[in-house]
Amino acid sequence: MKQKSYKKQFILLSVVLIVLFAMNISLGSVTIPFKDILNTLLGDTSVKESWQTIILNFRLPKAITAILVGSGLSVAGLLMQTLFRNPLAGPFVLGISSGASLGVALLILGSSLFGGFFLAHSVSNWSFPIAASAGAFLVLSAVIIAANRVRNTMSILIIGLMFGSLTSAVISVLAYFSEAAQIQQFLFWSFGSLGNLSWNEILVFMIIYSIGMLATVAVIKPLNSFLLGENYAKSLGINVKKNRNIILIITSVLTGVITAFAGPIAFVGLAVPHIARMIFVSSNHKILLPAVIILGASILLICDSISQLPTSEFTLPINAITSLFGAPIVIWLLIRKKKLFV
Amino acid sequence: MIEKSENSILKTENLTIGYPQKKQDNIIFSNINLSIGKGKLISVLGKNGIGKSTLLRTLCKVQKPIAGAIYFEGKELNTYSENDLSKKLSVVLTERLPESQLTVFELIALGRQPYTNWIDTLSITDLEKIETAIKQTEIGHLKNQRFHELSDGQLQRVLIARALAQDTDVIILDEPTAHLDMHQTINIFSLLQQLVKQTNKTIIVSSHEINLALQLSDEIILLTENNLQFGTTEALIAKNAFDKLFPNNLLKFNKSLQQFVINKT
Repeated sequence: MKQKSYKKQFILLSVVLIVLFAMNISLGSVTIPFKDILNTLLGDTSVKESWQTIILNFRLPKAITAILVGSGLSVAGLLMQTLFRNPLAGPFVLGISSGASLGVALLILGSSLFGGFFLAHSVSNWSFPIAASAGAFLVLSAVIIAANRVRNTMSILIIGLMFGSLTSAVISVLAYFSEAAQIQQFLFWSFGSLGNLSWNEILVFMIIYSIGMLATVAVIKPLNSFLLGENYAKSLGINVKKNRNIILIITSVLTGVITAFAGPIAFVGLAVPHIARMIFVSSNHKILLPAVIILGASILLICDSISQLPTSEFTLPINAITSLFGAPIVIWLLIRKKKLFV
Repeated sequence: MIEKSENSILKTENLTIGYPQKKQDNIIFSNINLSIGKGKLISVLGKNGIGKSTLLRTLCKVQKPIAGAIYFEGKELNTYSENDLSKKLSVVLTERLPESQLTVFELIALGRQPYTNWIDTLSITDLEKIETAIKQTEIGHLKNQRFHELSDGQLQRVLIARALAQDTDVIILDEPTAHLDMHQTINIFSLLQQLVKQTNKTIIVSSHEINLALQLSDEIILLTENNLQFGTTEALIAKNAFDKLFPNNLLKFNKSLQQFVINKT
């Protein structure tokens, strides 16, 4: 009987997601009738060629990127919150995004410091995600090693924040010694952007994203047992250390690849799991995981639609939009609910 | 009733428990030789800080023994994998659960994790075991509530139900009555006693409810300074074992009443 009510919510949310996707594709600096958009997507080549290019090479990749980024970050946030059993955990708060930034900074800015070794301009599709994932994993491992020593979740969060500012400091130092062109390239990357991805890059993105998602489905069981704390999880036959490492690797890979392709995007990872918990009033990951994926994708599609400033030529940095909306949501949640769950 | 004294499920051999330290190990108790039978309610008694939790933690493999061995159904505890052990031994811990929105049913269903497949699907057997556990602990009316809405007493019942659903021969509970009032405490203890009778499980429980434990347990592990005694209530009383449990000036053990009474001066 419980299942039914969840089904209703899922159907509703999926419809919302589809509507938002359609809306996202129809909005832009060039007005294209919805009928023509639909025809283009269905493979009709009689539509005006420039419109086809806009839809197939700009809007569609961007919308897909928004879906991947939004859902991926939200899943990463959910994993962190459950693992640390702390409602304030998230890829951004724990410094993982900063770690990914550090990886990219080394790649872009480091090229001027270390000569032509990294060669930022001839980077392949894989070098950004690898650098970002490595950076994310580095910071995350450091947080984990520290976390194993203190055990107190509050301290872990503070340690994560400290690592975040440490990596920012390293990036500043790197920037100081870099050339203007590279600083600019890094700065633009750090604004966050869902566009600019070629289909090839989206393919790479999708492959890594899918691996992360499949692995997440495989750890649903340990995730649910972590809801009782590590000691209970262990008494239920869960290999706590192994699963914790798997969860950390998934989180860093997801955060790494997303940050590499779309820049450091704030608040989605922290806020979406809470919105999902509020809508579904559940902590069961079998329900939360799909919920968080749909909600995360929807929210980033909304943010992206707003950032394009409909009927205008300008596009605001996506990172600013997610923060503008994410921060008030978290504040509102805290005031309204007074209690945040894991 | 057929007495099967040989049928011990949990045995320790010259077990030394404590915390390993660089200079000298901090030994809590040494040379513990216990033989715990099937279908018994065992209470672990002793004053605060004496080492009840250390003993229980060592018995559930959370903590390594300093020396000696623990045998579980004749096999050394160390040789059990985590998953195998989870089908033999379940626990109710003192630690607070992280705040989540799990329902009572979901929480109890987690007890089936050792048996479920990789995606944690509940089979018909799983559902039956959960239903039985809910019935045995009489918490059917709480099934769809979130566990954080429950009172402490109700939550303890739910946690016991979760341990029951895990379907293990031994359940270890660390101070399940710590935050409960007198009525709830008796409630939990009689539930445990009932469960032992109904299911032939062995339940090991640490507690400060000495008077209650003496009345309801089959056997008692009594921890006093540097001394661990194990036996039935009667045997321990006959040995005057309880006289040393607390400093004598406030409380005195009254043999004929079989309980502690306050010294009237």
